[in-house]
Amino acid sequence: MLEIENLTVEVGGREILHNLSLNVMTGYTTVLFGPNGSGKSTLLMTIMGFSGYKVKSGRILLNGEDITHLPVNERAKRGIGMMMQRPPNLTGIKLKDLVRVTSKGNVDTEKVAEELDMARFLERDVNVGFSGGEIKRSEILQLTAQNPCLILLDEPESGVDMVSIEKLGTKVHDLLTGPTHCAGWREKSGKAALIITHTGQILDYVEADRGYVMCNGTVSCTGNPRELLAEIRKMGYQECIHCKINQPGLIKENIESEG
Amino acid sequence: MVSNEEKRAKDALKKESKFGEDIDLDAYDEGKRDIAEMESLEDLPKDTKTAMLDSGIMPSGKGRSGNFLLMDNSVVHSAIMGEGVELMPLRQALKVHDWLKDYVWKAVQPDTDKYTAETYLQEADGYFIRAMPGAKIKMPVQTCLLLKNRNTKQYVHNVLIAEEGSEVEVVTGCATTKGVEKGLHLGISEFFLKKDSKLTFTMVHNWSEFIGVRPRTSIVMDEGATYINNYVALKPVKTIQTYPTAHMNGPNGVCRFNSVAVAHPGSVMDLGSRAILNAPGCKAELISRTITTGGTVIARGQLVGNSPGIKAHLECKGLILSEKGVQIAIPELEARVPDVEMTHEAAVGKIAQDQVEYLMSRGLSEEEAVGMIVRGFLDVGIRGIPDHLKAEIDKTLQETDVRGS
Repeated sequence: MLEIENLTVEVGGREILHNLSLNVMTGYTTVLFGPNGSGKSTLLMTIMGFSGYKVKSGRILLNGEDITHLPVNERAKRGIGMMMQRPPNLTGIKLKDLVRVTSKGNVDTEKVAEELDMARFLERDVNVGFSGGEIKRSEILQLTAQNPCLILLDEPESGVDMVSIEKLGTKVHDLLTGPTHCAGWREKSGKAALIITHTGQILDYVEADRGYVMCNGTVSCTGNPRELLAEIRKMGYQECIHCKINQPGLIKENIESEG
Repeated sequence: MVSNEEKRAKDALKKESKFGEDIDLDAYDEGKRDIAEMESLEDLPKDTKTAMLDSGIMPSGKGRSGNFLLMDNSVVHSAIMGEGVELMPLRQALKVHDWLKDYVWKAVQPDTDKYTAETYLQEADGYFIRAMPGAKIKMPVQTCLLLKNRNTKQYVHNVLIAEEGSEVEVVTGCATTKGVEKGLHLGISEFFLKKDSKLTFTMVHNWSEFIGVRPRTSIVMDEGATYINNYVALKPVKTIQTYPTAHMNGPNGVCRFNSVAVAHPGSVMDLGSRAILNAPGCKAELISRTITTGGTVIARGQLVGNSPGIKAHLECKGLILSEKGVQIAIPELEARVPDVEMTHEAAVGKIAQDQVEYLMSRGLSEEEAVGMIVRGFLDVGIRGIPDHLKAEIDKTLQETDVRGS
C-alpha cells in the first residue's frame, strides 16, 4: 500500500505538485485523470524516485516505510515498477539482455515477448528507433520481467494501435493479477496499480477501483473511475476543478473508511 | 652505396612524430633476434598463452589458416594450415619473391618519423601474408607480436597483400609476457588490397602499464576493395599513438574502422583513423568509442574527399568516468570537390543520469547500471568484430574495471 502525504515537489526550481495526498490500496487499481500539465507524470516519477523531482515537503510511504528519499533501485527492490512515458534510449544495450537481467530467470521473457509481438525487438537496442507503441510494449515486457507489486503506468495506451492495445491490455491485466513475491505484500489481496490515462481505453482490460482527478498539481476530486471518466468526457476538466471534496484530508478519511 | 631511401631514413632519425609524446629510443635495449624457433604455440608458458588468448590468439591454432609469432625481434613460429594463403617472415619473403621489393616501404615512408626511420634502418622482420588471387580463405590467419623481455625495443615490419578477388581475415594480438612491464613496440604495417579483394583486420592491444606503442599503418586499396579494421585496446598501457590511414585509390572501395579503447589511470592513448577517398563511389565509415577511467584519450579521425560521388561518415564518442580522465575528440572533414557527402558526429561527456536511473528502476544497482551502459557503449564500436573474437572480447569487457577513480 502506498500513501502520499502532503507532497510538494519541485522540478527545475518550479513547484509542480502542491501539498498532494493520495492512497493506493493493496489489491486496488487506481486511476489518475487530469489535463495536460497537471502534474500526473511528475507524481509517478517522484514515487519512483527519479532525480530532478525534488521533494520539498511531505512523505511517500510504502507499506508504512518512509521511502521519500530512497534511491530508485531500492524502491524497485521494495516492489515498485514503472512504465515511463518517454524512457531514454539505451544504445548498445539489447532489449534481450535488459529483460534477462531484470527477470533474474524468474520469467520466460521470450514467451512474453512473443505474446506482445516483440520477439523481433529482443536483438535491438532498448528504445532506439522504437515507435510510440513499440516503446509501450517494450516497457510492459520489461515490467513483466520485473514483476513489481506496485505498478505505475504512465499512459499505457497512448500511441498504441487498435490491435496492439489488446495485447498490451491483456499483459497489463496478467501483470496485475499474476502472483506476487514481494515481501510485505499480502498474497491474497494482490498487487496495486496507479495508472495515468486520458482515454480510459485501458479500463477495458483492467478493473479499476478508484479514480483521482489532478488539477494544477494537486488532487481535486476522487470517485468511481468510470463515473469520473464519463463526467470528464461530458464536461471536460472544468467540472473537476469545482469538485466538492477537494480537501486532501477529506479524501484520505474517505478512503480509509472504505479501505 | 647508400640508397636514397636509406639516406632519408638516416636524416629522419631525430624527427619527432607529429602526434604523441616523444619517446627516447635509446632508453630501451635491442630486442633479441636469436630466440629459438618453436614447433607449436602450445609449448609456451601458461601465462603467455593466457595473454595470447586475451588478445584473440588461439595458442592451439585451431580454426586458423595460419599462425605467426614474433617474440621481441625473433620470428619463432610461422606455419600455414590452410589453402590459398602464403605466410612467412618478411625477410624470408623478400628472398623468395623478387617483386616484393616493389611493395616494401611503399605505403609507409621510411622518413615519416624517427620510429619509421629506426625500423627501416634496423631491417625489421615481421609477417608477410598474401591471399592468392580469387582465394576465399575461410579461416583467419593469426599473428601475435609478443614482448618477451623487459625493457625491450621491438621493431616489426609487416606486409600484407590481398590479391585480386581474394578474401581474408587477419587477427593480430599484441601482448607482453608476465613481468614485462616496460618496453617499446614500433610496428610498420603495409597492406595492399587489389581489385575486389576483402580484408578484415582485427587488432587487439593487450599491453601493460609501462609499454610505449607506435604503430605506423597504411592501407592501399584498388577498385572495389573492402577493408574492415577493428581495433580493441582495453588494457592499461603507458602511451599509444597510432593513425592508420586508408588510401582508397580505386573506384567503389569500402572501408570501415571500428575502434574501442579504455584509457586507464596513467595511460595516454592518441588514437586516430583516416580515410582518403581518391576515387568515385568510395565509401568510408570511421567509428570510435573511447572511455577514460582516469587516463587521457585523444580520438582523432580524418576523412579526405578528393573525388566526386564519395560518401563518408566519422563518429567519435567518449565517456568520462573519472574526475581525472581527459577526453579529446578531434574529427576532421576535408572536401576538395563539391559533390561529396561527408558527415561527422562527436560527443564526449559523462554517462547520462536518466539512463542510469532507468536501469535502476528495473532493480539494478547504480554500479550494475553504469557497467551495463558502459559495455553497451563500447559494444557499438565492436559490432563489426568477427564472431569468433566477440566472446573473448566480451569477456575482457566484463572484466574491465569501468569504475572511475
